Amino acid sequence: MIQEKYRVLPGPEGFITPSAAMMGVVLPDSGYSLVEGDIVPEAQAVELIANKLINAKNAVICPGPLLMWQWAESAAAKAAAVKELAETCGAKILPMPDYRQKRINPAAEISPNHPNVTIMNNNFDVCVFAGMHSHHANMALRLIRGGTSCYTIALCDYAACEEAMVSLRDVDAGKIKTITRKVNDMKRNSGYLPSRG
Amino acid sequence: MSNEQKSVGAYNLLFEAERERAFITGSEAVSEAVKRANIDMAIAYPITPQSESMHLVGDLYAQGYLKDYYRAENEFAVMAAIHGAALGGGRVFTATSGPGTLRAMEMFPVWAGSRQPVVCAFMCRGVALPPSIQPENIEMAFLLDTGMLMFHAENAQDYFDMILAAYAITEQPEVHLPVGVFADGFFVTHTREVVMLPPDNLKLDSYNSDYSPVPPFDMENPPARVTRDPLLNKSNFVSYAASASWHQEVLAAAERSRKYIDRFLGGSIEIENGDADILIIASGTAVSQSREAVKAMKLEGIDAGLIKVKSVRPFPEKEIAAATANASIILVPEFNAGGWLCREVKAAIDNNSRVVAGPRVFGGMPMPGEIIVDEVKKALAKSGGAVKR
Repeated sequence: MIQEKYRVLPGPEGFITPSAAMMGVVLPDSGYSLVEGDIVPEAQAVELIANKLINAKNAVICPGPLLMWQWAESAAAKAAAVKELAETCGAKILPMPDYRQKRINPAAEISPNHPNVTIMNNNFDVCVFAGMHSHHANMALRLIRGGTSCYTIALCDYAACEEAMVSLRDVDAGKIKTITRKVNDMKRNSGYLPSRG
Repeated sequence: MSNEQKSVGAYNLLFEAERERAFITGSEAVSEAVKRANIDMAIAYPITPQSESMHLVGDLYAQGYLKDYYRAENEFAVMAAIHGAALGGGRVFTATSGPGTLRAMEMFPVWAGSRQPVVCAFMCRGVALPPSIQPENIEMAFLLDTGMLMFHAENAQDYFDMILAAYAITEQPEVHLPVGVFADGFFVTHTREVVMLPPDNLKLDSYNSDYSPVPPFDMENPPARVTRDPLLNKSNFVSYAASASWHQEVLAAAERSRKYIDRFLGGSIEIENGDADILIIASGTAVSQSREAVKAMKLEGIDAGLIKVKSVRPFPEKEIAAATANASIILVPEFNAGGWLCREVKAAIDNNSRVVAGPRVFGGMPMPGEIIVDEVKKALAKSGGAVKR
């Protein structure tokens, strides 16, 4: 039996969304990233992220607990870099400060238990997870893929998240700034920003 | 003393450090692994045949190799408390056997569901069907779908290596699941054999609980304090879907462990004479007995090969399907009456009428190589000479 390679694409994927790992998607080693199920050089993924953000009608960045609370110096630096990225590409910021299941307004807040409802209520077409623990990130990204057509991007602190359509691994403030620079370059090249010098 | 040991990476400890011969029991091999594992906390409750190993771990605590150790009220209390220690960010170890495994059963999926890298050694024995303290590994059948990774040691050397490898595999942030390291009780735990050990002045690097797919349970410091509640179902579709996605993540984590099993266990299976038309697939001490049977058959002119299954979860479906693609007879000898390994093999391969389900021994019965050879001869006779000898 010939099995087609599984693609991690915008949904809605279905009633029970298959887990990408169970469908054969393998996480990349250091220096590489995941794009829709394929392992690619990191620069290629960075370019795609910038492209998706610049062309989004309604993008949202969801910072998670790993870059909030100023719990480490690196977290504060990463948070500042994410804020700069959001401002550069005009994305909204919807924090996910914790993972508790609690009574919230899913149209206004996001949690890993019903992120799809938040995405649908706000018509977000591109969603970036940053600084989330991978168990909760993957769980939420699978729900988004299952129930919405949103394009998902994960900027992971550790090993990448295969449930996102694009995922970088080992993300620190420097890598986030690289994405911001790429967004600025693209804007400049397409005439959005005045070229310097 | 732990503070006199040098911290090294798992690969160095397992594969690069020079080793010396020791003539020790399987229980002592467990203790030697714990001595080098830089463990924060171990909790014990005695049960045969596990008691000696956790007694020896207690001695290690007295010598300063562990930060904490105590005897809990029963096995359920052990597994619940060890879960708490893992949630708090500690590297932990415990062990149990047979009825102790069943008594603690509720906690094993809890470990997996909360993504805690607990390492537990299981010294398998009979449960109570009828009551028996003798060797058999039926308890492994009950654990197959708890979400934990399961490695099956053939001998004391495997037991030592697999316990250390378990930490290296499970502490990867994309894996982070409990690991059961199993050995057939008495056969492995109570017999003495040569085990090659790295120096005991080396230990694994410390566990970094921040390098994790879930926050550690530090109620004082962010960002961990925000994880107070596990996902509990409300009666609505959104909650059901979230719970299903959570469960899928546990299964996905096991899938991700495969590349680290290749790195730190040298693969999930080992194949000897894999081109043979007759293949024996076994795990645990049934591998040793099967190896003797293969040798005996060779003397009689029967060409048979052996597949040793080291990782039961995740199960090496693809590897076994590929390794058995050209075999005509596949024999699965087991130390239990249920035949859990046989079911796994049958589900993994095409044309599973090739599988001979047995021989199986239990209740403490040994597995002489002769009964494996007899099963092969019966299968050969049934094939009417269609199988290459």
